[in-house]
Amino acid sequence: MHELSITQSVLNIAVEHAERAEAERILAINLVVGELTGFVDDSIQFYFDMFSPGTLAEGARLAIRRVPARIRCRVCDAEFTLQDSNWLCPDCSAVGGDILAGREFLVESIEVE
Amino acid sequence: MKVSVVEGILSANDEIALQNRRLLDKHDICVMNVMASPGSGKTSLILRTIDALRNRLRVAVVEGDIASTVDADRVAAKSVPVVQINTGGQCHLDAPMLHRALAQLPLAELDLLMIENVGNLICPVDFKLGENLNVMIASAPEGDDKPHKYPSIFIAVDAVVINKVDLLPYVHFDVPAFRELVAGMNPEVRIFEVSCETGQGIEEWAEWVAKQAVRAG
Repeated sequence: MHELSITQSVLNIAVEHAERAEAERILAINLVVGELTGFVDDSIQFYFDMFSPGTLAEGARLAIRRVPARIRCRVCDAEFTLQDSNWLCPDCSAVGGDILAGREFLVESIEVE
Repeated sequence: MKVSVVEGILSANDEIALQNRRLLDKHDICVMNVMASPGSGKTSLILRTIDALRNRLRVAVVEGDIASTVDADRVAAKSVPVVQINTGGQCHLDAPMLHRALAQLPLAELDLLMIENVGNLICPVDFKLGENLNVMIASAPEGDDKPHKYPSIFIAVDAVVINKVDLLPYVHFDVPAFRELVAGMNPEVRIFEVSCETGQGIEEWAEWVAKQAVRAG
């Protein structure tokens, strides 16, 4: 959801940092998107292709590193990856746990020249 | 050459939310963002809370809807300052919208601001407003599987209010299983069982709100 405004934000952030670095062109934008954020890669790519022409990011490669949702069981300390919305600990069947990863949503870095 | 960025993608909205927060802190106002699907009882809960806290806190409301002033009219009838935001199509309130609404409220005379977000279990979660508290309402007729289907909102909130408990005899809603699942996903969450229709559970809910408002003020 909101991949349009999200992609515009990504572009703004990337261009701002590229300008600060006095770059002429952005070659790649590296995003980190956690599984719990619900954002869809294809939609981000779609809007990126639509809005990047005419900017420093035109032609840049959009690399999205997805972070799986990792949960630590509060009962037995086992760590597991959330799959198909199954919040049960695979070791002791307790419900849920502490979220260790999966909520990330940032522009990690850009590659410029 | 690689340039490190490490910037949150939603930071533009977050920065305005922080500005809102600073303004609200200056006036010692506790802000509660109420989220739920359409028809779960956001307005009803706000109206019940107004009544319960009338003699203890000075309250105002910001109403968020795509269109109409239906909800704001009901709040205005309680003689409480209210601002209606019509988003025109946006499916959630955002920090700039709240910023504009705050300019229309008597901030120096308020203790608690309740924000009724647009009816939606998905989008409001990502857009900070400058709130102290996030609350979502899960009503009994909606079924007890919503945490599986919409995990983000259940993880993000400080309280989950199970509304319409007066309808439990007529719908499928396993309250203990629901509570276990939500607490498993969000250990700090407070869970309340209320009926805005009959008034059941409202006193305990309002007591918690009042405590949070005092803590924030």
